[in-house]
Amino acid sequence: MIDWLKQPWPWYVAGPLIGLTVPTLLLIGNKRFGISSSLRHICAACLPAKIPYFQYDWKKEIWNLFFVFGIFLGGIIAVQCLANPLPVAVNPALAAELKTYGISNYDALIPIEIFNWPALLHPKGLILMVVGGFLVGFGTRYAGGCTSGHAITGLSNLQWTSLVATICFMVGGFIMANLILPLILSL
Amino acid sequence: MSTIVPENDAEIRKQDSICTNETQIQHPSWYNLKYLVVGILFGIVFVKAEIISWFRIQEMFRLQSFHMYGVIGSAVVVGMVSVFLIKKFKIKTIYGEPVHFDNTPFNKGQIYGGLLFGFGWAITGACPGPLFAQIGTGATVTIITLLSAIAGTWVYGLLRNKLPH
Repeated sequence: MIDWLKQPWPWYVAGPLIGLTVPTLLLIGNKRFGISSSLRHICAACLPAKIPYFQYDWKKEIWNLFFVFGIFLGGIIAVQCLANPLPVAVNPALAAELKTYGISNYDALIPIEIFNWPALLHPKGLILMVVGGFLVGFGTRYAGGCTSGHAITGLSNLQWTSLVATICFMVGGFIMANLILPLILSL
Repeated sequence: MSTIVPENDAEIRKQDSICTNETQIQHPSWYNLKYLVVGILFGIVFVKAEIISWFRIQEMFRLQSFHMYGVIGSAVVVGMVSVFLIKKFKIKTIYGEPVHFDNTPFNKGQIYGGLLFGFGWAITGACPGPLFAQIGTGATVTIITLLSAIAGTWVYGLLRNKLPH
């Protein structure tokens, strides 16, 4: 059992479990599954700076901060108790492409050759971590949600506006991964 | 905080379509621990299914693996059936409240913001949820990515009135 749990879980196990988060949160407290709003609550709590968008009672949304703190703890538990001893398996075509950018370490779920503290001092690392993170925070809030709020909750509720947002997430990702990211990784 | 007119509070929160959870019942704050438990289970799934993996996201955007499409697709199907059943049978919360659904009105932000988030997703290999889980797995430098995402959210709030919606 534990050995089975330590392997990477297949999509048909993980996907339904993630889908069940939607009714779970609705039924245990009328909460709508969405993660990026936690970033807004952190702004409202720490640095509202008289910006109207952050002038609301964030304490009413504190459940969301408990939820994301749980995700952080879940990450610790998964690595401490259920770690996969094998390197991450990736498509050979991707591995061949990444090799040309000097990425060949598959010990962690993120490529540690490009995502590490010293790399922040180089333009490549700055773009990958700082600019990338900024786009995630700015884009999700501008779109009104992320993968959880729009792609999963919104589509579950049959909202066409969430379908528009989800398609745009994917279009943006395809453009970046195929056309722009190779240039960044070559820096 | 004290400057807010209470009637406006819900309206301001609703500018963000994702955070309009309104419950009339007041609970002690330790009730929030149930969301912590759901978050922990969710975080374990995130890591074990490698959804937080930069490599899986690259495969998804290069059409080199079905994994992420399977995860998101089956999550949406399960979510859709669940929401349908909750609406159809008017299932109430464990506290007996009716379940509340909001429909998001369209605005251009879903296009512009969606594209920008897509760029960020492909660069960092993470949407907001996986950022928290990645830090938990020991990738401490992701703290910088998360702080930058918080900064991005803050700048959006600052510029909101000047952006096309």
